[in-house]
Amino acid sequence: MIAPSRVMARVAWLIVIAAFFIFFALPVIWLLLAPTKTDAQLVTGGPLAFGSWHDLRLAWDHVAAFDSGIIFTWLGNSAVYSFSALAITLVTAIPAGYGLALTEFIGRKTLLTITLIVMLMPSAALVLPLFLEMNAVHEVGSVWSVILPFSLFPFGVYLAYIYFTSSIPKDLLAAARLDGCSEAGVFWHVALPLARPVVALVGFFSFVGNWNNFFLPLVMLPSDQAAPIQVGLNNLLASTPAFNPVAGGADLNFNRPELALTTLLAIAPILVVFLFSQRALVSGMLAGATKE
Amino acid sequence: MALSLKVRRAGAPATPARPPAGDGPRRGRAGYAFVSAYFALLLLFGVAPTLYAVWLAITNSNGQLVGLGNFAQVLGDYRFFPAFANVALYLVIWLVVLVVAVIVLALMLHGRLRRASSVSRFVFYLPGALAGAASALVWMFMLDPSVSPVAWLLHGLGYSTFADVIAPQRLPAVFAIMAFWTGAGGWIVVMYGALNNIPDELLEAARIDGASALRTAWHVQIPLLRKWIAYMLILAFATGTQLFVEPQLVGAASLGEVSDSWSPNQLAYQYAFHANNFNDASAVSIYLLILGLAAAALVVFRSGLFEAGQ
Repeated sequence: MIAPSRVMARVAWLIVIAAFFIFFALPVIWLLLAPTKTDAQLVTGGPLAFGSWHDLRLAWDHVAAFDSGIIFTWLGNSAVYSFSALAITLVTAIPAGYGLALTEFIGRKTLLTITLIVMLMPSAALVLPLFLEMNAVHEVGSVWSVILPFSLFPFGVYLAYIYFTSSIPKDLLAAARLDGCSEAGVFWHVALPLARPVVALVGFFSFVGNWNNFFLPLVMLPSDQAAPIQVGLNNLLASTPAFNPVAGGADLNFNRPELALTTLLAIAPILVVFLFSQRALVSGMLAGATKE
Repeated sequence: MALSLKVRRAGAPATPARPPAGDGPRRGRAGYAFVSAYFALLLLFGVAPTLYAVWLAITNSNGQLVGLGNFAQVLGDYRFFPAFANVALYLVIWLVVLVVAVIVLALMLHGRLRRASSVSRFVFYLPGALAGAASALVWMFMLDPSVSPVAWLLHGLGYSTFADVIAPQRLPAVFAIMAFWTGAGGWIVVMYGALNNIPDELLEAARIDGASALRTAWHVQIPLLRKWIAYMLILAFATGTQLFVEPQLVGAASLGEVSDSWSPNQLAYQYAFHANNFNDASAVSIYLLILGLAAAALVVFRSGLFEAGQ
């Protein structure tokens, strides 16, 4: 026999959790269903009803045809910027984390402190200063003005640092040195093969951050052809009648279902990363600030 | 990862073995080689832009030093205080909701029905994938009474059009909802992890003493989470001061109803892009940079969460 007050507590628990479940999940579910409907159905039909495959196909055709397929250009740009920056991040951050963790040099502690501060500082705070810098050296509009700042990823350095200090036995490195391995050899042949988990983790976080970044490419890349998808969403918003009735006429085939489908395409790569590496992402979030 | 850290502590030798004599300088040079590429990026895209912005902020368009003139001038701009006031109000709402909801949800999910708890944490965390422009767009659909799945709720609150929902007095709350939707899940996961670090014996002792779940939460668990709560609040505050994407997108869809310099970062953007006034843009950026730097330094040096700060 369970006391009535405990039953009440359980019911209250369920209600609160269910309410937040709906709050967090409903927008995602709505977004998944919206492209299967016509714009009229979105307004009049049940919000959680499935439309039809035919309408999804139609929305897809409209998205593909929009402005001669510029949406795919944007997605391609996002991929180029994100993956290029990801590559440079890995090549710079993993050795840096190793150097900070397992070698001694003057200024090591200072560099570590600066890394922490830049990592915790919101990245948006640096966007306009970066723009002014790039403008002074006439690099605004070049893809490097986005890729190189993306590549600076102190959080990745910190994750690698934590990993190398905690998971690589120093004896192992010392043994390799005794065997005549050079410092570069120790890193390449001993430490790096053991560091695969943290390489994946840094890669995920860097990719997600770069793909979702809006502010930096918005200021650096004024050309519509060079925009990544996040900036493209902004441009769509300004030029289609979905939220902007006066902008109508540009393309009447592009309305709310098409906008929802484009949003889905924009988040699809990140959603995939989240679904397949949930455990790694969560452990990384905790490691970001876990000492004990 | 947290686990492996413990392993190291247990197995670490009392005195670390010294490298053989003569090895020091060689390893020292190797250290520089490992960090050099990252260090170059840090200088070029972290330190240099900051210093250049400081230089622009204390000079005029002819490159002459003007001291703090630009800082005073932007303070006098009629858009400056409203922008900071908007963001201040947004921050109050967002931080209060964040701290209450994250603590309550993490406590509720802790130690119950393992399966339901892990599914819930994942669902709460998932919207984090939609950061940036995508989340703002999704919420514009959610808040548009003509297509929203909760249109009944919006109508019930007396809003019949999207323009009603994004009326100026409601914008801080609207942006707080967007921020909460994308950001809270991550913090729930972090807080849940921190709760797992509290020794079971402590909770057991409280239970034997007859403390209810509520009293245990208030007197044992929440005080032990203090460090993490402070960390969350400071970082959320710092990120919140930089608000840009959401007001930019909502502004684009509002037909001019929402100011294009609603937040301080937007104001700096307006200076740079529409007035071509890089000096004043830098002055506003420096104000924001100081807020971000101060918050980050506070966490690094005072929270005790990071090794290098001690």
